[in-house]
Amino acid sequence: MFGKISKIKLFSIECILFLCAILFFVPFYFVVVNSFKGLDEVLRNTAALPERLTLENFRTAWSQLDFFKVLLNTSIITLFSNIGVIIISSMAAYWMVRKRTKFTAIVFVMFVCSMVIPFQSIMIPIVQVIRNIGLMNTHAGLILTYIGLACAFSTFLFHGFIRSIPEEIEEAALIDGCSRIGVFWRIVFPMLIPIISTVLILNTFWFWNDFQVQLLLLHSSELHTIQLAINSLFGEHVMRWELALPALMMGTLPAIIVFLLLQKYIIAGVASGGIKG
Amino acid sequence: MKKILGDKWNLVIFMGPALLVYIGIILIPFFLSFYYSLTDWNGISRQINFVGFENFIRIFTNDPQFSTSFWFSTKLSIIVVVLTNILGFTFAYLLVQPLKLRNLWRTIFFLPNVLGGLILGFIWQFVFRQGFAAIGELTNIPFFQLYWLSTPNTAFWGIVIVSVWQGVGYVMIIYIAGLINIPKDYIEAARVDGASGMYMLKRIIFPLIMPAITVCLFWSINMTYKIFDLNYSLTGGGPYKSSESVALNIYFEAYQNFNYGIGSAKAIVFLLIVAIITGIQVYMTKKKEVRM
Repeated sequence: MFGKISKIKLFSIECILFLCAILFFVPFYFVVVNSFKGLDEVLRNTAALPERLTLENFRTAWSQLDFFKVLLNTSIITLFSNIGVIIISSMAAYWMVRKRTKFTAIVFVMFVCSMVIPFQSIMIPIVQVIRNIGLMNTHAGLILTYIGLACAFSTFLFHGFIRSIPEEIEEAALIDGCSRIGVFWRIVFPMLIPIISTVLILNTFWFWNDFQVQLLLLHSSELHTIQLAINSLFGEHVMRWELALPALMMGTLPAIIVFLLLQKYIIAGVASGGIKG
Repeated sequence: MKKILGDKWNLVIFMGPALLVYIGIILIPFFLSFYYSLTDWNGISRQINFVGFENFIRIFTNDPQFSTSFWFSTKLSIIVVVLTNILGFTFAYLLVQPLKLRNLWRTIFFLPNVLGGLILGFIWQFVFRQGFAAIGELTNIPFFQLYWLSTPNTAFWGIVIVSVWQGVGYVMIIYIAGLINIPKDYIEAARVDGASGMYMLKRIIFPLIMPAITVCLFWSINMTYKIFDLNYSLTGGGPYKSSESVALNIYFEAYQNFNYGIGSAKAIVFLLIVAIITGIQVYMTKKKEVRM
């Protein structure tokens, strides 16, 4: 792009990027090689490759974190928050696009305005609201909070997409006696797949990686997520790197694997979410 | 008649759930935040006393830590936003060239972004404490021999390094999308007219990717100004509370000092400042956007 460029120039760009990539990779290198070492080896020989490969550290970290359980908890929270957000935001956005009244216009403006509210500005009362409806320290409370926090931006994305869908097919179906809800689920919803995948990708990484909301709303260790479990592991065993590093590696792996597998879609999702935002 | 009634029902079905969670999680807390900020509530007691603007006066006149935090967050945001966007744009600009390994580079630069701030903070704690020390021993480069997380100045730059490392990939993707969308003939026409190098960048490319710049600035300002997770795990606000962001400061005020009233007042001030900053930014960059 931007005109012809000589082979030598291209090669030197590759070299520069190669060096940058190494710099970017250094932290991962340190975590990976050291997660196989014992503590004295970590401290003695941080930069070297491990003297022997053993999964002992990982076994200990796995049980310390109760990794299977926290993975399951994180998955449940991410899954149900996503389902909730997609259903309610797409329906609301559909109605706002198709029924333009003063009421829907006001709601839309309110949704857009609330996108600038920092979470910290409303976190204290959010905790109170969740406590008062009896959902403190439950997954349901956390899921509900995520849905509430995510619904404005998601509705906004759906709104932009639905605007570009022509209304004729729906009108035909309505005349044929199909109900609004039927029209939405059978005709409109399937057409939303591209924007659903954008919303899904953006929100999934948020719910999966978020720590702050979880820190405020979940306390008992049976309910812990990956982030909370890693945080309490660090709190209990300060500087026990031979335990902490494999835990960190296990904590990062699910997201990295998903990213590498679905890279194409994820990058497209980020790009289109960004442009519309 | 039936149709009108039907529409009412549909309104409830389609908009009801979204409105309900929106009111419960955003709107009510939003107004409660204002209310709490005018009280001396500690979060537990049944007794809530109305104190007027006392909390706000106290924040501005008698809370040096809050101004330290504000200064810290502001300084951090300015530096991180500038570095992230320059570096992200540079990567994007290089990656739209016909390189052999461009997908690989793109993947590597984006990778830190798929991980959460909490985990990244812990990873970098290890890198700063042990990794850098090891490199310092091997190479004798002074940069790696510093005690990064133990002095206020280096702890600040430590957070800058990690934030930029995490954010570059995201803005890079948006800049790539912006660059690819520039119509080829614009570039060709400019080239025929003799534009090249910096002139091309300043007069042709930047104006045409202004929407991407708006988004990236908005995203990176928001990301850094509201920093919590990374700050919490990397430095915990230390040493001596020198690297405590506003978000962390509000959290500690409410959940360690149990001053919900003062915490809420801080939250309101924070909201106003974030709204003003992002408002100005979007207005400024939107004004510069050109229609294609």
